[in-house]
Amino acid sequence: MDVKAEAPSNSPVRGESTAQPSLVQNAVDNKHISKSEASGLVASHIGRGREGAKFPGEVHSTPSGGILVTAIDDVINWARSNSLWPLVFGTSCCAIEMMSTASAKYDWSRFGFEVARATPRQADVIIIAGTIVNKMAPVLKRLYDQMADPKYVIAMGACATSGGPFFYNTYSVVKGADHVIPVDVYIAGCPPRPEALLHALITLQKKIKMGLTREQIRSESKVESK
Amino acid sequence: MTNDNLKIKLSELLPSATYDEGGEWLNVDIDHKDWLYFANSLRNHAELNFDYLFCLTCVDWKTHLTMVYHLESTQYRHAAVIKSKLDRTQPEIESVSHIWRTADFHEREVYELFGVNFLNHPDMRLLILPEGWEGRNPLRKDFEDPVNMIKL
Repeated sequence: MDVKAEAPSNSPVRGESTAQPSLVQNAVDNKHISKSEASGLVASHIGRGREGAKFPGEVHSTPSGGILVTAIDDVINWARSNSLWPLVFGTSCCAIEMMSTASAKYDWSRFGFEVARATPRQADVIIIAGTIVNKMAPVLKRLYDQMADPKYVIAMGACATSGGPFFYNTYSVVKGADHVIPVDVYIAGCPPRPEALLHALITLQKKIKMGLTREQIRSESKVESK
Repeated sequence: MTNDNLKIKLSELLPSATYDEGGEWLNVDIDHKDWLYFANSLRNHAELNFDYLFCLTCVDWKTHLTMVYHLESTQYRHAAVIKSKLDRTQPEIESVSHIWRTADFHEREVYELFGVNFLNHPDMRLLILPEGWEGRNPLRKDFEDPVNMIKL
């Protein structure tokens, strides 16, 4: 089966170095402005773009090497989004799909989710893979609190999104993990396929690359859900 | 031992037992007062040697509760299911945790979820439910929880 999402380009030079310098050169030729001003203009365009996958900046070749023009916030977001280590956290069958996504066939390391960490201190993203029961809720909250900022949350599957199959007639299940901690990306499915989890992870990366703060990301996801 | 042979053997041990052979295993219905004697016989009889209790649970039939014990012999590879009706208002049965150690936790689970009281259990308290759940048994059919439960 096809994985629909595009792999983000990890090479800063690819794509940018061929197309953009000529653009800068044109700007210099036509508008008679200094080269540094022009490259600043282009860089800001690229950095704020919503494409997400490209490196936010440009490289100018010089005889002794090259000059990189960019905004430092964009580089930080770009770096952050390409190195999101998930927490080892699974409470039911969604965890099986999550393990599959981590394994050789789907291999989320390709997208920068390098390795799942068994401690919240070293994790950047928590994938709530499974049912959250009332007794688990304080544990989940504590794990989230122990993670270092910036931290992100993905609610995987029906249980984590709304309680799912346990919405009615159960005494023990939390009806949606967002009652406990804030969620950035929701995935539908029971359980979702690994492709769906990869799509959610890449969606999170795109949100981070947009340059929004955590609070902005969350207010945006609230608008989307309305 | 085949189910037919088992039936003959068990009838010798407990003449009052009744049988149902509809499924893969021999189902034995017994009075709950006979359970402790019967369980000891099943475990210690040389030809039976039921040394493995692989399931212990309870069913709420609204009119009564039924305890269900799945037993197997790892030596002879025969299995049997023992069932016993309990009074729903005051369910009590002898603990078998001293015969099969695994029954310790399983009986505690049935205690918290169905409210069955196991007599002579060494540690009769809640297993998973947090403190304060004593007397509220979530797997009873008439269990109500207006705070956490959305009825459909």
